[in-house]
Amino acid sequence: MGNLVTMDDLSNDDIIAVLDDAERLVPVAKGEIILPLLQGKVLANMFFENSTRTRMSFETAMKRLGGSVLNFSSVGTSVSKGETLYDTMQMIDGYADVVAIRHPRQGAAQYSADAVRIPILNAGDGAGNHPTQTMLDLFTIRQAHESLDGLNVVLVGDLRYGRTAHSLSHALVRFGASLTLVSPTSLKMPVEIVSDLRSHGADVTETESLNEQITRADVIYMTRIQKERFPDEEEYAKVAGIYKIEVTDLVGAKKGMIVMHPLPRVDEIAPSVDSTEFARYFQQAFNGVPTRMSLLCRSLGVKVPKKVK
Amino acid sequence: MQEPRCESPEEGEVMTEMRRVTAIRNGTVIDHIPSGYAMQVIRILGINTDRATPVSFVMNVPSDKIGRKDVLKIEDRELDQEDLDRLALISPAASIAIIRNHAVAEKMKVELADDLLNIARCSFSNCITKNNHEPLPQRMRVISRDPLEVRCYYCGCGQEIDELIENII
Repeated sequence: MGNLVTMDDLSNDDIIAVLDDAERLVPVAKGEIILPLLQGKVLANMFFENSTRTRMSFETAMKRLGGSVLNFSSVGTSVSKGETLYDTMQMIDGYADVVAIRHPRQGAAQYSADAVRIPILNAGDGAGNHPTQTMLDLFTIRQAHESLDGLNVVLVGDLRYGRTAHSLSHALVRFGASLTLVSPTSLKMPVEIVSDLRSHGADVTETESLNEQITRADVIYMTRIQKERFPDEEEYAKVAGIYKIEVTDLVGAKKGMIVMHPLPRVDEIAPSVDSTEFARYFQQAFNGVPTRMSLLCRSLGVKVPKKVK
Repeated sequence: MQEPRCESPEEGEVMTEMRRVTAIRNGTVIDHIPSGYAMQVIRILGINTDRATPVSFVMNVPSDKIGRKDVLKIEDRELDQEDLDRLALISPAASIAIIRNHAVAEKMKVELADDLLNIARCSFSNCITKNNHEPLPQRMRVISRDPLEVRCYYCGCGQEIDELIENII
């Protein structure tokens, strides 16, 4: 079954194969080539939590490949009447061929994968994992550096609740990355994740200071401090706006270094950075389409042709 | 009164501790419980709410195997596999003797499984298993035995040993 719940569901070879397929699908993602590989297939977009980019890029990916999409929101449905996730997923098992699920509860994607027969793509579960985001992040990094091997990557911001950082760090260490984790103490990467990263032999440094990391980075991955994940406003206020990148901060950055962000941003990256050679976050958002096209094909057991015409 | 036969130094140790309290006719002796954990064992086996079961124990006695230990004797109850799975979380080195008619009828070791089904609830407040009425089982993965590291199968969160004991079903 082609589940993608955490990055552990993909070997390094699988990751490379998905990225290679995604690369060939870029013209299809842009609408330049029509390729109905998933005609007759139905994707259920099960979003129990708000989403813009992830939901829309899944929908675009499915439609560009000729498939159709059921959009679900927990507001105004049986979920608001108290239906269990198990029952909701049992129902959708009969309506769709593949599910993309986002849920505020951590572990919801694994729970759903155990509840149904159709493949589950985890589109974010609480502060847990976000592996399809990781795949588009890896696609973006490979586009810029031509390889995923041995990069210096600086992850910045909310590393405690930031599921994109959790999944990405797991994947990067498998390709020999050196990771610098920049966060305030209250938002440090969970200890079990740091322990996992080090058990892979990864070089992991934890610090609160961003500025001294900029000149040695190949990738700076900014994340938003997520107000909605904080139990109380006072704790959020202590760390909001703590990391900001301005154009002037990037003087001395390596040639080829890229600044990424899963978006939405608040004030982590100044708009003046957008027009620099370093900015990749909007490209990154587009890359969600070919990458998710590739993942949908993999989940449904559909081969992407070696030559896409 | 007939006593269990002692065939090894370890069993001799068990017998010494057993004699500290009244010998039992039928039931279970749990030896090599880490010092100070006897009350938790009583709780996770549900004996604390069962007023009909006589229980006696010694605490903090010397042990060659684990330094200091507790020993627990439960009358008229033989532990089953589910009990052993729970016990393994607190007391992975415990040795169990089933006593029938004052003699050791059976000896058992606890063994911590890789996958713990319906043994303990996840302690993380935002885990999917905290949703009311969800029917799938509580499930934990044992990542390491020494030191003990257990994570929720669904959310991946590490479980502190004291929380695990608190959350045993």
